[in-house]
Amino acid sequence: MKTLGYYPGCSLSGGGIELDLSVRALAKTAGVDLREIEDWNCCGASAAHSLDHSLAVALPFRVLALAESQGLAEVLAPCAACFSRLKGTQVRLARNPELNRRMAELVERPYQGGVRILNINEFIAALLKDGLAEKLTRKLGLKAVAYYGCLLSRGEDIVTGDDAEDPQGMEAALRAAGCEVLSWNASNECCGGGFSMSKTGSVLDLSQAILDEARAAGADLVVTGCPMCHSNLDMRQLELVKRRRVPGALPILYLSELLGLAAGLEPGALGLDRHFIESRQLVRGGA
Amino acid sequence: MARIGVFICHCGENIGRTVDCPAVAAAAARMPGVVHSVDYKYMCSDPGQQMIKKAIVEKKLTGVVVGACSPRMHERTFRAAAAEAGLNPFLLEMANLREHCSWVHSDQAAATQKAIDLVRVMVAKARRDRALRPIRVPVEPTALVVGGGIAGIQAALDIAAGGKKVVLVERGPSIGGHMARLSETFPTLDCSQCILTPRMVEAASHPNITLMTYSEVESVEGFVGNFTVTVRRKARYVDPAKCTGCGDCFNKCPLKKIPNEFDAGLGMRRAIYVPFPQAVPNKPVIDAAHCTMLQKGKCGLCAKVCPRGAIDYKDQDRLEKIKVGAVVLATGFQLWDHAAYGEYGGGRYQDVIDGFAFERLASASGPTGGRIKRPSDGVEPKTVVFLSCCGSRDDKAGKKYCSKICCMYTAKHAMLYRHKVHDGRAVVFYMDVRAAGKGYEEFVRRAIEADGAEYVRGRVSRITRRKDGTLVVRGADTLAGRPVTIEADLVVLADAVVPRSGSEKLAQLFGVGYDQDGFYSEAHPKLRPVETAAAGVFLAGACQAPKDIPESVSQASASAAKVLGLFAKPELEREPIIARVNRTTCAHCRACISACPYGATRDFDVLDRAGKVLRTVAEVNEGLCQGCGTCAAVCRSHSVDLDGFTGEQIHAELSALL
Repeated sequence: MKTLGYYPGCSLSGGGIELDLSVRALAKTAGVDLREIEDWNCCGASAAHSLDHSLAVALPFRVLALAESQGLAEVLAPCAACFSRLKGTQVRLARNPELNRRMAELVERPYQGGVRILNINEFIAALLKDGLAEKLTRKLGLKAVAYYGCLLSRGEDIVTGDDAEDPQGMEAALRAAGCEVLSWNASNECCGGGFSMSKTGSVLDLSQAILDEARAAGADLVVTGCPMCHSNLDMRQLELVKRRRVPGALPILYLSELLGLAAGLEPGALGLDRHFIESRQLVRGGA
Repeated sequence: MARIGVFICHCGENIGRTVDCPAVAAAAARMPGVVHSVDYKYMCSDPGQQMIKKAIVEKKLTGVVVGACSPRMHERTFRAAAAEAGLNPFLLEMANLREHCSWVHSDQAAATQKAIDLVRVMVAKARRDRALRPIRVPVEPTALVVGGGIAGIQAALDIAAGGKKVVLVERGPSIGGHMARLSETFPTLDCSQCILTPRMVEAASHPNITLMTYSEVESVEGFVGNFTVTVRRKARYVDPAKCTGCGDCFNKCPLKKIPNEFDAGLGMRRAIYVPFPQAVPNKPVIDAAHCTMLQKGKCGLCAKVCPRGAIDYKDQDRLEKIKVGAVVLATGFQLWDHAAYGEYGGGRYQDVIDGFAFERLASASGPTGGRIKRPSDGVEPKTVVFLSCCGSRDDKAGKKYCSKICCMYTAKHAMLYRHKVHDGRAVVFYMDVRAAGKGYEEFVRRAIEADGAEYVRGRVSRITRRKDGTLVVRGADTLAGRPVTIEADLVVLADAVVPRSGSEKLAQLFGVGYDQDGFYSEAHPKLRPVETAAAGVFLAGACQAPKDIPESVSQASASAAKVLGLFAKPELEREPIIARVNRTTCAHCRACISACPYGATRDFDVLDRAGKVLRTVAEVNEGLCQGCGTCAAVCRSHSVDLDGFTGEQIHAELSALL
């Protein structure tokens, strides 16, 4: 059984718990052992990098150093924000050895640069390549659009191997899951991100624009990989439905949930019962 | 007994600021063989040169060392001065006290000591200099022009008008280049074809010009004045001698749906075709990749209908060797592929086109007969968005540089569109409007003020397409400080200008340098803008940098003047820095013959009076030797030496340092 480091971050035990459930279930199906980094800490997302540059690097640095000392060569960070912070820190450290030295002093741990951080798309692409593709036997027959948001394909000098402005990695996974992948116009538009609480009105406008585009393309559902995007499209959609700003509810699934469904897992085991917008009807015998 | 004169130059403050020049001159005066040593503010100036000449005569100098700048800068200047005073110019050496010393050091004491060392080295060398005579080589007074666009045509016409022969090699089936594809030209709105096609005809009919279309340079040998160039004459499958250009063949060819490159893929051509009706030569070629006869051996229709029997399916590429004395490279440009911009649709939107496609839409001879119609459905677009920087000035995903011509042709496009579609909207997104040129700024103002083009300062962040085909263009208006969204029917991207594909390989054949973007390097950015580091090879047009038509034509005429200057004398003088073989000690191991990169060393039979071969040794061809010294380095018996850089001299230079 292959072992992979696991960094859940805060959202996977909170608002993004479905992402945690579905990623763990999918890993189990694929025969991958997810080993959580012991004593992990906050990645600093949203707050740290706007307050203190040292703190913004030191927090992910400690996570990387722990993973390295625990012998984890590859670490999955399912949350897009965690991925962005961890990967961005690696880019900065590689560029600036002096920063590495200072951080090692600050967190009292060395980091040699020996950890590879995977985002959810890279993780699923690797699983598909290692045999998951053959296990996707349930015919879903869904028309799906892939929604990346900002952090999965972009970021300061973060290279994921996918085109930053026109990413296609998620589409490949959706095709493997037997979905009809639609081309659409909002795949990496902004959902409003962290303004969900402070500027809810703007977030509603942005989420509505994304949902409108998905509906115009003829999608049955929107697939995403980011807990922030998910909450803005799923939870905030309730408000849009209530105000009749959208003609109906459009299910929002994590990529890992969708692949779990295609692998024949139960919707409940993947966390589909936890969404604000009902999505269990997408699979026969679901809701 | 050597009598060396040393002349130390301050180069204004360039050397004088860091190196104590009087101290260097004083130290040099004490070196063995030195009889005269002085320093001066500007040694290259007239009084400076006079000092050298006077000393050569009065002090009876047998050698001179000038401690100044790089020999690349002024060796020629000082050697000419020495020659005027009656000293063989190859008895003058330069110590590089500027690039090798003052410019790279700041500690004055150390720099002065290093300058003294450098001078000592060159004094040691100068004491062992031998008088050398320039080698004279005949010049083949025929020029090769590579590239049949406006720059190549102009260069060829000018050289031909000067009475010299020209071979004009063009890769495509017709000359004319990009200019033949343009609708009108800025800033006067002259019809491009009307001003170009007469030139094309003139080039084809000029008795001094030989056209080689559908041909490419395969290999190059030789040197300035004496190049041997092998040209690949690609198989046309149509005998130009028999063909009258009647057009029966391409009217009958059943393959009608091949996108015509000339029309930026908007129009269609057959498998046997002329790229455009005004092509020169107006004789078709068969595109072997598409032709059914050549691919599958079936069809043969064009051969059946040809009244002259000009079609030959068995035609093959031929290699032709030509002898030329000078070369003009005019390989031009192409547009960067905007498929690299995922945010603009990654090349997938049919109605997001490049500048050439718009030219063809606006051209009277284009696939729409000059009507602006969008490619997807042929409907006249009512809103057209023009992006004047696409790939230029973007060091992340595109090119760092400004492509120079886009501001002007975008203004022209907006203008032409408004002239043709009176109720249409032309919106131009720009970063800056760069309209430096005669009548250029006025032209842009005219597009805005008289023709109503809407200029928005800012970049476009994304282009998306709705189901109904409408393109949604979102960008920033950085003057108003707000985002803008425009629903457009057609988007025209001013893609960056990049060198023509294959131009790097061609540069390597001719030994011409090119920059990180692939543009050819001129010998000096200001003072030698049409020459290259390779003697006898000149540049014209956009292969050197993005250029518009007037600039390309000017540079073409300039390179023609350089070629004619080169051809003005029947012989060229070459520096006599060549290798020599000592026939007495040569053991004929042939190591030098296999090592020579220029094929200049060869076997030589030493004969007796009766013509009997006594022994065979190696010999150096003076005309081919480039003086690289490889043969001297590999010679096991030290029988090869390089004039001007003999083993003894180099040994003496090293000894002077130790």
